[in-house]
Amino acid sequence: MEKREVIIVGAGPAGLSAAVEAATAGCGVLLIDENSKPGGQLFKQIHKFFGSQEHKAGIRGIDIGKRLLEEAENLHIEVWLDSEVCGIFDANKVWVVRNKKETVLLQGDRIIIATGASENAVHFPGWHLPGVMGAGAAQTMINIHRVLPGEKVLMVGSGNVGVIVSYQLLQAGAEVVGVIEAAPRLGGYGVHTAKVRRAGVPFFVSHVVAAAEGKDRVEKVRIVQVDPRWNPVPGTEKTLKADTICLATGLTPLTELAFLAGCESTYSPVLGGHVPWHNSAMRTSVRHIFIAGDISGVEEASTAMEEGRMAGLQAAASLGHVDEADAMIRGKAIQARLDALRSGLFGEKRKNAKESIFSAMGNSNNGAR
Amino acid sequence: MKGVKIDGTPSAEELHASPGFPQESIRKGPLAFIECVEEIPCNPCATACPRGAITLEGGLTALPRLDAELCTGCGLCISVCPGLAIYVKAREHEPGFSSILFPYEYYPLPQKGDPVECVNRFGKSICSGTVLSVRTAEKLDRTALIKVSFPQAYFDEVISIKRLPNQ
Ligand SMILES: Cc1cc2nc3c(=O)[nH]c(=O)nc-3n(C[C@H](O)[C@H](O)[C@H](O)COP(=O)(O)OP(=O)(O)OC[C@H]3O[C@@H](n4cnc5c(N)ncnc54)[C@H](O)[C@@H]3O)c2cc1C
Ligand code: SF4
Ligand code: SF4
Repeated sequence: MEKREVIIVGAGPAGLSAAVEAATAGCGVLLIDENSKPGGQLFKQIHKFFGSQEHKAGIRGIDIGKRLLEEAENLHIEVWLDSEVCGIFDANKVWVVRNKKETVLLQGDRIIIATGASENAVHFPGWHLPGVMGAGAAQTMINIHRVLPGEKVLMVGSGNVGVIVSYQLLQAGAEVVGVIEAAPRLGGYGVHTAKVRRAGVPFFVSHVVAAAEGKDRVEKVRIVQVDPRWNPVPGTEKTLKADTICLATGLTPLTELAFLAGCESTYSPVLGGHVPWHNSAMRTSVRHIFIAGDISGVEEASTAMEEGRMAGLQAAASLGHVDEADAMIRGKAIQARLDALRSGLFGEKRKNAKESIFSAMGNSNNGAR
Repeated sequence: MKGVKIDGTPSAEELHASPGFPQESIRKGPLAFIECVEEIPCNPCATACPRGAITLEGGLTALPRLDAELCTGCGLCISVCPGLAIYVKAREHEPGFSSILFPYEYYPLPQKGDPVECVNRFGKSICSGTVLSVRTAEKLDRTALIKVSFPQAYFDEVISIKRLPNQ
């Protein structure tokens, strides 16, 4: 069986950052991703990122991704693409289907799982019609494949994903006929909603899809206002002409591999549901296994990169590649950057949720902390 | 007018209560206006200003504060703002006309001299304007800076232009 010191599953911002950090510390690293290109969600993010200078703020996600890839290439990190990890068992064995055809069993001294998250769907009459898709799927179509999913789009969900993809659909040349939000207030950053609004896109709070209608694909969509108990308000239905409905209704961490490997779970509605328990070093209840990025709670690429660095650093330290004092100082610096990203109106909730995970398993944890 | 969390765009009250929005355009000349009214973890505007006119008191999530006395209206903060929340306005660009320098990320770009429709925060066309300049330098990183003149009566309302039709 082939062996590696550190095996990383998922080459998104979290996995790439973990790989760079671990390789810099001197670990032998293998990075595995099911896609043909590394980068995960980053290469769809054509907008400039928030944060401060040390978080690469003001730089477009796609360019942050390019820099990260260059770093990984300069370190000659081994990368397997088109390769899916199908299982992790006996704590350190990784089952990979390499190049979509060959089964390989690997052993890793440390495993970092950075598989990201998947999009949630909502159901309504007509949701099966062609033209109904995830907002992330629409973003992949316009920014990676350069295909417009439709001419007239209704966005369901006003979180940052919904408003950013709305803006990018406008940039790609589509018309966005509206953004609807079931809650009584919009979810995304005001600066994002404002740029979509000034492009003439109306927002409808307290509205849901009543039905999508059309013969062979979406042709129109009926929306309806809901009361505080989420019941439709009679007489408030409106019909909008649209050929595409994008669902930006949240993300769920991709935790299957971690749970298969026996990692304890913990529940955090703020972070997207069930996530593997982890401490602030990103270590799970299974000592060999670390996690980073959206799998550990849905946040942002900027936090995913910092968590990746933390996981890479701590995995390397646990293998003796970084001395304890050094690991402590660098770990603190990463934690400080994470805390800065998790502050303010939108971040505080995530910070509290993370901290309650860190403390959830108390001292009973088998030495992972 | 119910504010940023309902309409998607900040109301006049929200803007005037925020420290980045100059209370009164104190000069005729150009001045930055920052429409960033929520505490988000972000500060490139402050890092970019060569005059130190933008500060965040109390960390990354504080609201950006503009010192109108220090601002020269140079526009360097506009393209670094990931929220596209900053523009520079001059109340009296020439007698009877104001100007706005704003970020624009749509193709096609307008050309200097073109007549354009100016829009308000809701995307509604409210008056016509004339393109004075279009900047696309590499350091703007694909955020074009467009300067438009428009009738002074619409000074408070104009925020951008209507997107041009696809080619
Ligand atoms: C529309 C939109 C806008 C966003 N805007 C911003 C923003 O402005 N700023 C910001 O900071 N963040 C933003 N984000 C969030 C950001 O993209 C994510 O938080 C970030 O990509 C998470 O990183 P990750 O590495 O955990 O996961 P991902 O980027 O999802 O990467 C996970 C990788 O793992 C691979 N993988 C999964 N399972 C397996 C398996 N079994 N075997 C092999 N490979 C596997 C996947 O194919 C993928 O490549 C946005 C997200 C969206 C959808
Ligand atoms: S316009 Fe120039 S001087 Fe004024 S705040 Fe922006 S960068 Fe500073
Ligand atoms: S750069 Fe823009 S979005 Fe960020 S704090 Fe400054 S004004 Fe707000």
